[in-house]
Amino acid sequence: MVNQKKNIKGTLISILCILVFMAAVAVLENLNLWVPASSLPKWLKPTSMLFTVLKKGAVYSLIAVSLNLLNGFTGLFSLGHAGFMLLGAYTYAILCTPSSVKDTVYYKYNGSSVNFSMQEFYQSFLGNETLSMILGVVTTMILAGLVAALFAFLIGLPVLRLKSDYLAIATLGFAEIVRALFQWEAPFWGRITNGANMIKGFPKFSDFNIENADGKVVFYMSTLFPFIVAAVCIAVMVLIIKSTYGRAFRAIRDDEIAAEAMGINLAKHKMMSFCTSAFFAGIGGVLYAMYSTTVQAKPFTSALTYELLLIVVIGGIGSVSGSCISSFLFVACSEWWLRFLDKETVIGGFKVPLLRDGFRMVVFSVVIMIIVLFFRKGIMGDKELPEVAGKIKNRIFRNGKKSKGEAEK
Amino acid sequence: MSTGKNILHVENVTMQIGGVVAVDNLTLDVNEGEIVALIGPNGAGKTTAFNAITGVYEPTNGAIDFLGKRMIENHPQGKMTKIYAGENNGVYKNTIVKTPDKITKLGIARTFQNIRLFKGMTVFENVLIAKHLHQTGNLLSATFRLNNKEEQQMRRETLELLEMQGLAHLKDELATSLPYGQQRRLEIARALATKPKLLLLDEPAAGMNPQETQELTAFIRQLRDEYDQTILVIEHHMDLIMDISDRIYVIDFGKLIATGDPAQIQADPKVIRAYLGGDDDAEN
Ligand SMILES: Nc1ncnc2c1ncn2[C@@H]1O[C@H](COP(=O)(O)OP(=O)(O)O)[C@@H](O)[C@H]1O
Ligand SMILES: [Mg+2]
Repeated sequence: MVNQKKNIKGTLISILCILVFMAAVAVLENLNLWVPASSLPKWLKPTSMLFTVLKKGAVYSLIAVSLNLLNGFTGLFSLGHAGFMLLGAYTYAILCTPSSVKDTVYYKYNGSSVNFSMQEFYQSFLGNETLSMILGVVTTMILAGLVAALFAFLIGLPVLRLKSDYLAIATLGFAEIVRALFQWEAPFWGRITNGANMIKGFPKFSDFNIENADGKVVFYMSTLFPFIVAAVCIAVMVLIIKSTYGRAFRAIRDDEIAAEAMGINLAKHKMMSFCTSAFFAGIGGVLYAMYSTTVQAKPFTSALTYELLLIVVIGGIGSVSGSCISSFLFVACSEWWLRFLDKETVIGGFKVPLLRDGFRMVVFSVVIMIIVLFFRKGIMGDKELPEVAGKIKNRIFRNGKKSKGEAEK
Repeated sequence: MSTGKNILHVENVTMQIGGVVAVDNLTLDVNEGEIVALIGPNGAGKTTAFNAITGVYEPTNGAIDFLGKRMIENHPQGKMTKIYAGENNGVYKNTIVKTPDKITKLGIARTFQNIRLFKGMTVFENVLIAKHLHQTGNLLSATFRLNNKEEQQMRRETLELLEMQGLAHLKDELATSLPYGQQRRLEIARALATKPKLLLLDEPAAGMNPQETQELTAFIRQLRDEYDQTILVIEHHMDLIMDISDRIYVIDFGKLIATGDPAQIQADPKVIRAYLGGDDDAEN
């Protein structure tokens, strides 16, 4: 029972950490409301890369954790996450772009066949615009997840009964097919997907800023919003992982034959994990669309899936907090910290060699190769943050005596 | 002791893997409350027989009844119709196959000859996993902890099992960090956690030292005498087998060569020959 108390303490600390972190994000984002912009350092200005990184990092965290649920906790290898994200993003774009905008967006097809939006649907009987938008977006997020999960179910039906390698191949094929399908220029189909053209005009992160009657922002939410959605989704996934089903998933990962001998229906549980993972990837796709402010099939390539896989590997296969930390690090490196490598730099009349457009990607690839080759366990291995923090704490506060954790053993 | 009610009835089961007839026309019965042993030299087909009973393999021919109901039945199919080398061809007409998880749900649990614990899990979780099949919730109710009562019940029962096996103080250790003998006991605890009507043990004493073997012997007997557990056991430790078995089946090259109580088996020349490689007058 000591263990259980420790668990509860760990959970509370984790929740507290996340809340503090989110509060910090909210404060950072709103600093420019309270402090004159001129007195803020460059990296805290509203236009700073910091906020881009935070937003994208939150989006990637959600998707990386959903991928980890499948790869790290169930031992199934999917290469189709970009496809599920695409389905989520398109579901959102199609259902949440206001019908007033649709005529211009779908001009090539003389308008859209989906001549309504979720917000308008809610507004028709609720009246309140803000509330309708929030409800519309949230409903569509869930729908987007369900669409992705439905496709996962259809892929899984034939494939999950086979050896797990087939899932990787099937999902890879699926992602490519879906991407091609959403670039298809057929007239009837284009009236839904807008062919290869982009869809825009749906609510984005900045639409969640709180404004007063004059339309002036009184509280910025555009960075906080993806954090809230990602935190809720990740929390649900953690609950799944810690539930009896999560244990069953891990049992399958560790030893399929033994898991089956313990009465775990392999096909059924793999399907559950796969659909859950796709569900949250679909929601991740919605966030990705909101982050990009436009939706197009082009960016949902397998390269995106590999990027996410890398994040999972770097963070540690089987560690939720690892996936989150690595998402932010990865995004920060690729979007911000390594940017200087792309700029030609002159120091004291001397042109620094190698620094030119594209060099960033070279360095980045090398870093990734080093991690994959030499730090295969990633940042966190399969441990979670409270566990690692506890170990570090014990090491620091040892004071010559054995720490409590070790003394118990 | 035995009430005589049949639990497991293996009938003319043949397991042909490629050209090898690993189990050849095996017929075997286990009655309620019995400890039945399946012995034979290495490679005789004992583990393969277990795999056929637990659904890991589909038998090539034959049938298996569990609790008086037909659980598995099969006959040579496909290319096996041509190369089938066993007996009783054509007797079985139906194809009834079940996946191992269904069979575990019906009430047969097993341990593995080459220990198969869940590597990434603690001792406690390894046993707790086996309670999953009895839970009545679904993914949603489990996620949002609506099944908390059930979960607590599962945890309590798990702890009881670990206490019974003397592993409770190790519950937060990684299962694979335990010494070999304790890993075997843990596997038994895990199998018992599924609440089986029939427990299959595949060489439970392999790798144990004499004292551990003795404790295991006592424990298996306790399972039968106090918990009315019916057990089918494969083992090479003859002391253990002769000590606890009610009945013994001996197989060699997949074929049943003798059956009877320990005294009969010990005196059976065929058994002695099988074990000692044709040396008729060797001592046992
Ligand atoms: N999957 C398999 N593929 C090929 N041969 C197998 C397979 N499983 C078992 N066998 C063969 O079946 C025979 C019986 O093996 P096994 O049942 O493990 O013996 P035991 O458990 O009695 O030592 C052996 O000759 C083994 O090589
Ligand atoms: Mg064997």
